[in-house]
Amino acid sequence: MNNSVLVVVLASAVTYGTPLLYAALGELLTERSGVLNLGVEGMMLVGAVMGFWGVQQTGSLWLAVLIAAIAGSAMALIHAFLVVTLRANQIVSGLALTIFAGALGLSSYLGNDLNLADQPARHNFAPFLPKSWQNAEIVGPIFFKQSSLVYLSWVLVALVALYLNRTRLGLNVRAVGESPESADAMGINVAAYRYAHTLVGGAFAGVGGACFSLWITPQWVDGLTAGAGWIAIALVIFAFWRPTLCLVGAYFFGAYSGIPFAFQARGILTGIPPELFQSLPYLATIFVLVLVSSAGARRHLGAPAALGTPYVREER
Amino acid sequence: MIRIERRLVQPKWLSVAVPVGSLLAAFVLMGIVLLFTHHPPLHTFDRLLRAAFGSEQALNDSLVSATPLIFTGLCAAVAFRMQLFNIGGEGQLYAGAILGAAAGIALGDHTSWLSVPAMIVAGAVGGAALALVPAVLRAYFSTNEIITSLMLNYVGALVVTYLIFDSESYWRDTSSPTAKVFPQGKPLPDAASWPVSHVGSLVIPFGLLLGIVIATFVWLLYGRTRFGFEVQVIGDSQRAAAYAGMRTRRKILAVMALSGAIAGIGGASQDGDFRHTLDPRGLTAAAYGYTGIVIAALARYNPFAVCLVAFLLGGLQNAGFTLQGADFPSGLVGVLQGLILFCALGGELLIRYRLRFVRTPRASEAEAPA
Repeated sequence: MNNSVLVVVLASAVTYGTPLLYAALGELLTERSGVLNLGVEGMMLVGAVMGFWGVQQTGSLWLAVLIAAIAGSAMALIHAFLVVTLRANQIVSGLALTIFAGALGLSSYLGNDLNLADQPARHNFAPFLPKSWQNAEIVGPIFFKQSSLVYLSWVLVALVALYLNRTRLGLNVRAVGESPESADAMGINVAAYRYAHTLVGGAFAGVGGACFSLWITPQWVDGLTAGAGWIAIALVIFAFWRPTLCLVGAYFFGAYSGIPFAFQARGILTGIPPELFQSLPYLATIFVLVLVSSAGARRHLGAPAALGTPYVREER
Repeated sequence: MIRIERRLVQPKWLSVAVPVGSLLAAFVLMGIVLLFTHHPPLHTFDRLLRAAFGSEQALNDSLVSATPLIFTGLCAAVAFRMQLFNIGGEGQLYAGAILGAAAGIALGDHTSWLSVPAMIVAGAVGGAALALVPAVLRAYFSTNEIITSLMLNYVGALVVTYLIFDSESYWRDTSSPTAKVFPQGKPLPDAASWPVSHVGSLVIPFGLLLGIVIATFVWLLYGRTRFGFEVQVIGDSQRAAAYAGMRTRRKILAVMALSGAIAGIGGASQDGDFRHTLDPRGLTAAAYGYTGIVIAALARYNPFAVCLVAFLLGGLQNAGFTLQGADFPSGLVGVLQGLILFCALGGELLIRYRLRFVRTPRASEAEAPA
């Protein structure tokens, strides 16, 4: 049973969905405060490379995750400064961040400069639950033969959902994202909220990147995330800006990334070109985006009303 | 205290001074990055600029690098001007290269008078066709064009790889046993080689001239026609455009098709000017499409400025390739481009707003006149 294709695909859906989940949760927090950050791919890559450097230097996986988070928010800080303080165009600034930090930018520069390519990881995240659990029928490979990063992501989904829906601060964030004028009138510091949530979003993206370099791959190569950051942005739209739906969506998109590996490893459908499988996640993203973004649906389905617009007190 | 006020008039000189200042500021920031990573900044910049513009050979190579960047820069500028964020220039360039190479091979070795125009048209059709996918989705389903056009870049790279490495397609060279083991594209016939012209000792690729012609066309289209006027109005204010009865959907389709066609011609120019075959590795390694975005932003979407900036950044990209090695990390040029773009964005603030240094009035002073 545990070797059936369906179980293998579902297990890889959870594995490949986890980095997407971290990045999408972070982007969701950022967008809920009204800031659109298209630099997720860049933040993930810098998180991945610094996380890998962290584990090679310190030997501690969790310290490496922390370093990845800090690296991700350092990247996000640039975006926050440009769009909140300098009121730059959020779309162009996010693209700039991806070019600056991305596959041909800072992440590659750091990877080369710190000599991280072609090194085996000193440690990597591995399944740790009891063997009898891991080998359980069906649920074993899917849920128990996973790394602790998976379980941490579940905790974070619950925390983010509680934070946004059940706390005072969460209410303020939503106010800032929906109507910064009213939030400002209520005495909420719009800029501070936007800075904080952009930084936290960057930290999440950094951890998402580290999922690749510390667990899934586990090594550093240029462009390791292969577009996962962009899929995460699409995932936020797919999830209608709700954390719990992010969880479902991440595994849905994760399955598409997992299928090529699962099929190739087991020699299924070898007649079909590998590129067709590899393009599945990208095509699926386009397809799903079209489904959820039909005209008029957006506003009702949870997009923050002030998403992408700078807030200037003098010009309200 | 610094106050930021909106400018009522934007002085002309600022739109030159700010990009130039952004470039300089980016080099200063890059110097700081280099210092932190233990590279001597001045020495590194000296090598970089020498390798980009320091000799005849370097200048010629920079012109080669600049050629595709003019196309992708114009591709981004044309669409971004209407707030239509086509970041699929990368994939559209591949599509143009695929169809351009097909036209070149299909017409055989007869006459360049037929092959070259056919490749240009085929490239334009390929790029426009791929760009129309996000355009239609945006126009009729309000799907975010940023993500869809970007996703197609990855798909495009996979398709072009498939055609040469994983299939026995029309584009692949299957004539010799070695070509079967080491996959490579079919060589294009001589008639499909685009002409070069010489200015002194400089070799000017035909694609470069074509790019400048297209830039002139875009400038006329956007500055001198009703179509261009409507595009700019839609770009500046969707709402005003809607009240004026402008047809936004049609414009989205037209502008994206134009944008994609320009990138596609850039792909055909890769086949005809430089590679003389469909070369997946070379095309996908260079990231022409993404650099085009940097160029368009720094040029503030002005088509002639795009040509100039493409030459500057093309030079840097060429230098990055030449110098790549242990003491010259590969991502350096990408970092520099990102910094240039950040500075250009920050500089926009100076064009649109004015910084005023004002003393914060103390409570007592504020009350005094009363």
